[in-house]
Amino acid sequence: MSDDKTVSEPDTSGSTLTKDTTADGDVLLKVTGLQKHFPIRKGLLQRQTGAVRAVDGIDFEVRKGETLGVVGESGCGKSTMGRLITRLLEPTGGTVEFEGKDITHLGTSDLRPMRRDVQMIFQDPYSSLNPRHTIGTIVSAPFRLQGVQPEGGVKKEVQRLLSVVGLNPEHYNRYPHEFSGGQRQRIGIARALALNPKLVVADEPVSALDVSIQAQVVNLLDDLQDELGLTYVIIAHDLSVVRHVSDRIAVMYLGKIVELADRDKLYKSPMHPYSKALLSAVPIPDPKRRGVKSERILLKGDVPSPIAPPSGCRFHTRCWKATEICKTTEPPLVELRAGQRVACHHPENFEDQQPQDTTLLSSAKEVAADNGAAAPVEK
Amino acid sequence: MSKLDKAALGEPDTTAPSAPDDAFLSVRDLRIHFDTDDGLVKSVDGVSFDVRKGKTLGIVGESGSGKSVTSLGVMGLHRSARAKVTGEVWLDGQELIAADPDEVRRLRGRKMAMIFQDPLSAMHPYYTVGQQIVEAYRVHHDVSKKAARQRAVEMLDRVGIPEPAKRVDGYPHEFSGGMRQRAMIAMALVNNPELLIADEPTTALDVTVQAQILDLIRDLQKEFGSAVIMITHDLGVVAEMADDLLVMYGGRCVERGPAEDVFSEPRHPYTWGLLGSMPRLDREETDRLIPIKGAPPSLINLPSGCAFNPRCPYADIPKDNVTRTVRPELTEVGGSHWAACHMTQEQRERIWTEEIAPKL
Repeated sequence: MSDDKTVSEPDTSGSTLTKDTTADGDVLLKVTGLQKHFPIRKGLLQRQTGAVRAVDGIDFEVRKGETLGVVGESGCGKSTMGRLITRLLEPTGGTVEFEGKDITHLGTSDLRPMRRDVQMIFQDPYSSLNPRHTIGTIVSAPFRLQGVQPEGGVKKEVQRLLSVVGLNPEHYNRYPHEFSGGQRQRIGIARALALNPKLVVADEPVSALDVSIQAQVVNLLDDLQDELGLTYVIIAHDLSVVRHVSDRIAVMYLGKIVELADRDKLYKSPMHPYSKALLSAVPIPDPKRRGVKSERILLKGDVPSPIAPPSGCRFHTRCWKATEICKTTEPPLVELRAGQRVACHHPENFEDQQPQDTTLLSSAKEVAADNGAAAPVEK
Repeated sequence: MSKLDKAALGEPDTTAPSAPDDAFLSVRDLRIHFDTDDGLVKSVDGVSFDVRKGKTLGIVGESGSGKSVTSLGVMGLHRSARAKVTGEVWLDGQELIAADPDEVRRLRGRKMAMIFQDPLSAMHPYYTVGQQIVEAYRVHHDVSKKAARQRAVEMLDRVGIPEPAKRVDGYPHEFSGGMRQRAMIAMALVNNPELLIADEPTTALDVTVQAQILDLIRDLQKEFGSAVIMITHDLGVVAEMADDLLVMYGGRCVERGPAEDVFSEPRHPYTWGLLGSMPRLDREETDRLIPIKGAPPSLINLPSGCAFNPRCPYADIPKDNVTRTVRPELTEVGGSHWAACHMTQEQRERIWTEEIAPKL
């Protein structure tokens, strides 16, 4: 953070301090009851007949200097969430506060100052870079758009950024097609870093890359966080990558956060049955484990449609612990253990929240039977 | 083939495994080269392996390492004027490279079948799933449409599609990703193939669905006793599925052996690199991943000597710059475990146990 040129906020002095005091450090981004419903229109008059409830009421906060990982299956709303907090989409409900300022419904011009502080890294390094622009033009675009004149000129600054992300600064005049996937992703990162953002939202930053390149980019993101004191929200479906990069992790299912916990707590003792199933499904690269009876929980079928999500707890149609109450009452996201918030009536690795309700639903019995002893049913 | 081509192809791979009589598929020194405007692309440059019935061979490598081209070569799907395919592919005692294309076509779909990565582009959007399965069945079996449809419903049921009698009339776009992949597996298995090639069958899927599909492939293999080739870049998936492992780099095999040995005692720096690049859930959280530096090479202009030498941190250990001038051949490093590296066995054993393994 050596070159805060135009920023007048007092945070410039504090930015180095916050790195050490992140434990319950300041909240950078606060999201309350966030909703995004995409309307479905039909007929001649384009009357709205329904809505895809992509994000349906989520609360969380991102603290300065931390990395929040967001995981979930495709269609769970994690990418929409990323676009809402960067305000590439306008929420249909709830609020988004960035540094205490409500940005939920700001217009384009009011958003501009905030755009400088919140940047995004996209998944596909092939479609997120304009093929007709040189790398220099691409990386310097933020300066042009924000009217910022960096010290020593734009070109010098762009070259500095290129070397920060491990690219040759002399490639300033090359075009995106001359670079490999990993290098393109670095270009996207350089662009995101151009204006010294406070928050970087990365949507599947490494999933399009080869394994060996993935590791390079993950390490790069790590180093940049250490050097620049960045705050990350990393959206990914790969649970091993998320564990590697995150401090806290939110697990999403059908537009809701079902568990929000510190990394180690989530991976050591997941409380929501969905988190447990998700973790157990990750293949372990150790052939010796194959003979051992696997603890894998096989979920049946697919994620239900977000147009008409199941009543009560949305996971009850696939859960092996679901009882009547799961069908009728939606469990709130509550902090059951320090640093672990869960929305479940019958959490794993913790005392039952609804012990009076013990009759399993028939669907739950099926799942439990399929998994045999793997998912023991507590009675 | 001109003399020049023969010279470019080099000597046949002398380190090919001796063909066990019970191998259902034997590939010997397979080379697949494409002539392009930019030069000759040596996508596959001398690969040999065997797969026995009831066993699974995992092929791993990065994009452009030649793993998919190898599998398409086995299926006989490179017959264009630009592709030059040499070597031998023995399927159940029958050689396929020199065979008549019509003969190979009769085998394809019946004796060997393939599951592709992206079912949306591998299935025809205009026909119902049922029609496509029926066609695949009737090409090889002289049965009535009704009987074939019955068979299609049966297969859809077998791969776990709910209400198969109804879904058989659905179009591919009406299926979810996981269901589509199941439908494609049903189509591949409709003729009970004895060799099944799965090219990144779960890469486009979520982990929970991936677990379902892998389970399904395993069950079906047990039931039909087929030989399976599993192509993937995910070491977790191969560890779970494969009995044997083939690691490819730059169109060649750099390490080959029983999966357990390759994972527990890898003997090639590239395999070490792959293992180090991967965050693992079954290990304590590490501070940093150990990436492989650089990027995979271009197949037009492979580095001389060992193709991995520009990225290998140990390239200078063998004397006389041999890594940059001489291409290492596969040598046996243990019971049917082969690796192509210039370092001596002792050097590699020491580096693995002292430097690499503790960091994983």
